[in-house]
Amino acid sequence: MVEERKIRVLVAKPGLDGHDRGAKVIARAFRDAGFEVIYTGLRQTPEMIVSAAIQEDVDAVGVSCLSGAHMYLFPRIVQLLRERGADDVLVFGGGTIPDEDIPKLREAGIAEIFTPGTPTSVAIDFVRNRAGRDRK
Amino acid sequence: MEISDRVRAGDVRAMARLISLIENGFPEATSALKGLYPFTGQAFIVGITGPPGSGKSTLTDQLTQEFRRHGRTIGIVAVDPTSPFTGGAILADRIRMQRHSLDGGVFIRSMATRGHLGGLAKATNDVVNVLDAAGKEVIFIETVGVGQDEVEVVKTAHTSIVVTVPGLGDDIQAIKAGILEIADIFVVNKADREGADKTVAELKAMMALGPGRSDWSPPIFKTVAIEEEGIVELAQGILAHQAHLDQAGVRQERQRERSHALFLELLQERVTRRLLERAAANGILEQTIERIAHRDLDPYSAVDEFLEKAGF
Ligand SMILES: Nc1nc2c(ncn2[C@@H]2O[C@H](COP(=O)(O)OP(=O)(O)OP(=O)(O)O)[C@@H](O)[C@H]2O)c(=O)[nH]1
Ligand SMILES: [Mg+2]
Repeated sequence: MVEERKIRVLVAKPGLDGHDRGAKVIARAFRDAGFEVIYTGLRQTPEMIVSAAIQEDVDAVGVSCLSGAHMYLFPRIVQLLRERGADDVLVFGGGTIPDEDIPKLREAGIAEIFTPGTPTSVAIDFVRNRAGRDRK
Repeated sequence: MEISDRVRAGDVRAMARLISLIENGFPEATSALKGLYPFTGQAFIVGITGPPGSGKSTLTDQLTQEFRRHGRTIGIVAVDPTSPFTGGAILADRIRMQRHSLDGGVFIRSMATRGHLGGLAKATNDVVNVLDAAGKEVIFIETVGVGQDEVEVVKTAHTSIVVTVPGLGDDIQAIKAGILEIADIFVVNKADREGADKTVAELKAMMALGPGRSDWSPPIFKTVAIEEEGIVELAQGILAHQAHLDQAGVRQERQRERSHALFLELLQERVTRRLLERAAANGILEQTIERIAHRDLDPYSAVDEFLEKAGF
């Protein structure tokens, strides 16, 4: 009996700011959408996030950042995943990201940026449609 | 290279992917598990169970640190419950263990129960086998936060640790039911809180009332996991139990019990599945259920009839 493949998402907070309310809200919304959410909490380095993402074999990594360091942190996560042969893992981000940074982040391989005020349903649909699509 | 060879070589991606295949019930998983089985049986398996929030994850993290100090490689399986309403889960045990995420000697996997009862996920045993075959020397299994009957972890673990905390009040009565018998080691965590000594005394009193075990008297350790207090002693307690198991030949006995349980479980699952698949294909299942529902047939005779037709 092949059971339905569960979507697994890692939700993490890179950087030094201590606000994880947004991350927790999205983690709960994902759970309510039927996903398995691995929540790793605050102050994660890109290395820690990528290592966890690989051990947990997630389809997607969602990172939120309020500290302004997203231009370093998000691309670094994508880069590390690539280096470890895990470029099939979808990376998306949220938080306070200025509009002008979004195209650059996309170029760096971040699949989507959800700015504050985006309904959680949009992120859920995004993950559901894209999760595992490129899975190797 | 086959996925099982890559797992044996300690390839993290392969381990992680195989675990997903197992969890999702994919057929490739079974063939890989067949190939890995001969290489299992090396790891020492420690189960950690206890009420929600008692500090299981924090203790697992600290014990991992302590065993790493002695060079042992570690596998961790941390189980959290699946929401029965949505099928989703938040797996948060890992938060307390993330400092080990960059240590190549530690592999951590979070699992959701996916409807399985007993405090573990259905695939836990198989996942432990993957970690074992990959060469992890000590494997910790953190169960979901449980109260009483969810003691399935004893079937997998060599050493079962039951964690409790001061001030649970009457709950200590509640944990006594199934859990008292399974504990090889008791931990009273959060010993920084008032009442730790009272909890220890209560545990001792309950053990005195219990059936008692001739071969091993479960020690009680007081810990403050967040302060790293009592961890060295607890780790030594685990090693002492391991030594006891080897000496008394109990470990082999447990291995046999584990194999027994595993075989029965698999057999049950496979037999049921095959019978049902066949019965569903030729319509017998539907007809039989219809007849039972209409009281044309009682369920007891229905099963007899069903099994007879299947050649049993
Ligand atoms: N005061 C005190 N707090 C502790 C101690 N150990 C753990 N905690 C805290 O207790 C809370 C729960 O700890 P966890 O390790 O997550 O407990 P758990 O048993 O794994 O929880 P679940 O997996 O949700 O059942 C955390 O906030 C810990 O920091 C301790 O010895 N003393
Ligand atoms: Mg926990």
